[in-house]
Amino acid sequence: MSNIRYEEIEGNGVGFYTLVACLGVLILAALGSVYYMEHNGHYVTGMSNRIVWGTPHVFAIFLIVAASGALNVASISSVFHKKMYKPLSRLSGLAALSLLAGGLMILVLDLGRPDRLIVAMTEYNFKSIFAWNIILYNGFFVVVGVYLWMMFERRMNKFSSKVGLLAFTWRLILTTGTGSIFGFLVARQAYDAVIMAPMFIIMSFAFGLAFFILILMASYKWSDRQLGDVVVNRLGNLLGVFIAAVIYFVAIYHLGNLYLAENTRVENFILFDGGIYTQLFWYGQILLGGLAPMALIYNPSTKGNRSMLGLASVLVIIGGIIQIYVLIIGGQAYPIEMFPGMDIIEGYGGIASYVPSLPEILLGIGGIAVSLVAIIFLVKFLPFLPESLADEVADPHHKS
Amino acid sequence: MSKALNRRDFIKTSTAVGVTTVAAGVTLTTFAENKEAVTNQKRWGMLIDTNNLTEAEIDNMVSACMKEHGWGSELHSTGDQKPSWIKKIKVQDRTTKKITSLPLMCQHCEQPPCVDVCPTNASMKREDGIVLVDKHLCIGCRYCMMACPYDARSFVHEDLTNQKEHMPRGKGTVESCTLCVHKVDNGEQPACVDSVNSDAVIFGDLKNSNSKINKTLRQIQSTQIRADLNLNTGVRYSGI
Repeated sequence: MSNIRYEEIEGNGVGFYTLVACLGVLILAALGSVYYMEHNGHYVTGMSNRIVWGTPHVFAIFLIVAASGALNVASISSVFHKKMYKPLSRLSGLAALSLLAGGLMILVLDLGRPDRLIVAMTEYNFKSIFAWNIILYNGFFVVVGVYLWMMFERRMNKFSSKVGLLAFTWRLILTTGTGSIFGFLVARQAYDAVIMAPMFIIMSFAFGLAFFILILMASYKWSDRQLGDVVVNRLGNLLGVFIAAVIYFVAIYHLGNLYLAENTRVENFILFDGGIYTQLFWYGQILLGGLAPMALIYNPSTKGNRSMLGLASVLVIIGGIIQIYVLIIGGQAYPIEMFPGMDIIEGYGGIASYVPSLPEILLGIGGIAVSLVAIIFLVKFLPFLPESLADEVADPHHKS
Repeated sequence: MSKALNRRDFIKTSTAVGVTTVAAGVTLTTFAENKEAVTNQKRWGMLIDTNNLTEAEIDNMVSACMKEHGWGSELHSTGDQKPSWIKKIKVQDRTTKKITSLPLMCQHCEQPPCVDVCPTNASMKREDGIVLVDKHLCIGCRYCMMACPYDARSFVHEDLTNQKEHMPRGKGTVESCTLCVHKVDNGEQPACVDSVNSDAVIFGDLKNSNSKINKTLRQIQSTQIRADLNLNTGVRYSGI
C-alpha cells in the first residue's frame, strides 16, 4: 500500500452550495419547530403523559447509537490492525462526532426546560443512567477529538493505536449506557431487559456503518475522487454481517420475552395485534430494514453494485429509525401492567394513542441535517479524506 | 465632589447596611425554618381500604387534590396530556370478574425508581419518605415518567397562571402527588384524606406503633401495588 495523502475537498461548486443550502433550510425549520414547541409547551406535540418520549427521541437515540457505530471503521484499523481501514479512520471519527452532535441537539431541544441545560451539567445524580450518559457523551467528544488529533498530527501517529483502543472501549460503554436507559426500566414490560445493552451495541454497528458507507460514497462521487471496489465491497460485506447480527438479537429479545408469562401480552401487542406498531415491526424493521438490505448485499445479481449498496444502507437507516420508533413509542403505547392478573377497565390502560406532529418530525430531521452539515464543512476545511481510495492505493494486497 | 466621605461616616453606613442585611437574612431564615427537622424516624404513609371506599368518595379525593394544588384547569392540554396527580382506577379480576375501584397516586416508594433515574436530583425523597420534584432543578427530561411503575407523574404541557403559593407548578417540568407535604409539615393531613369522612383512608406515620395506620396495618391484610418490584411503597391498599 502506498502512502496515503489526505486532502480537503474543494467544495465551491453549485452542487456543494445547493446541498449546504438545503440542509440549512432543514436546520432552520428544526429551530423554528423548537421555538414553536417551547413557546407553547408540549401540548402542541403528539406527546402526552402516556407517550412521554416522542419522535424527537426516536431520532436522537438513533443518531446517538449510529454515532458510536460510525467510529467502528477507525477502531477496526487501530484496534484490530486491519490496514485497509486506516485511510478511512479520520472520516470515521468525524462521522461519529457529527452524528452524536446532531443527536444530542435533538435531545436537549426537546427537554421541557432546555434553558436549564446548565443544571444538567452541574447537578449529577450518579445513580441515574442519564447522568452517566451526559458524562459519556461529553467524554466521547474529548476522546474522539484527541483520537483525531493523534491521527492528523504526524508526530502523534504513534499514539493513535492506544488512543484508538480507549475510544473503542469508551464507545462500547457509551452504547451500553444508551441501551441501559431502556434496559434498566423495571416499570414497563417492553423494556426491563438487560439484552438491550448488547443489542444497542450491535444496532450501532449496523446503523453507524450504513451512515459511513453513504457518506464515503457520496463524498467521493461528488468530489470526483477514486473509490475502489475493494474498500466498498469490504464495507458492504461487513454491513451484511451486522444486519444479520441485529436480526439475531431482535429475535432473542422477543423470544425471551415471549417465554415469560408476564411479558406475553406486550409481545403479542408488538408482534401480532399492535396495529401500526406490528406493521412497522414486520414490514419496516424486519423486512425493509433487515431482510431487504441483506438480499441486496448478498444476492449475486446485486452484489458488488454500488447503487444497490447505497440503497441497502438507506434501508438500514430507515429500518433503524423504525426499529427505535417501535421500541420507544410502541413500548410506551402498551400500558404498564400495574395489576397482574387484572384488567384495568377505567382510569388508565388501553393502548395510548400517538400521532407524531410536524414540529417533532422537523426537529428530528434537523438533527440529521446538523450532523451532515458538520461533516460537509469539516471535510472542506480539514484533510479528512484520502485523495484517492482506488484499489491500488487502498488495498494492501493489490496486484497490478 | 462637595462632601468627601470620611472614615466615621463610612463605618456608620457600612455597619447600618451590614446589620440590615444580616437581620433580614436571619428573619427570613427563621420564617423558613421548620420547628422540627425532617428525620427518618417517621415514614409517612396511607392505607386505602377499597372495600369501604365508595366511588363517589374517590371522586371527592380527586377533586380535593385538584383544588388544593390547582391542577386540572389547563386550557390547551387534551386527553393524556392533562395532568393527573391522583386518579380513579377500576380493575377487574380476569378470572372472578370482581371489580374494585381505587384511587391511584404517587406511592411514595422507599426505593423510588423516579429518584434513581433523575439526572439532576430534582426527583428526591425526603427522610420521612415523601417523594417530591424540585421544580427548580427539573429540566423536563421525563425519564422519571418512564421509570414510574404507577403512571403517577404528569408533565406540564402548557403555560400556567395563578399557581398556588405552596405549589409552584410550571410549564416544562414534571409534577406529582406531594402527599400534601405543606400540610403534613404543619401537622395536618393530605387534602384527599381530609375529604373522606371515614376510616377508609388512613394517613399517618407507618413507623409509629401507636399510630392508627400502624395499628391497622398490623391487624388487617394489606398489599402494595406491584409488590414484586420490592419498592416498599408508602401507600398501602386493602381489598385488592
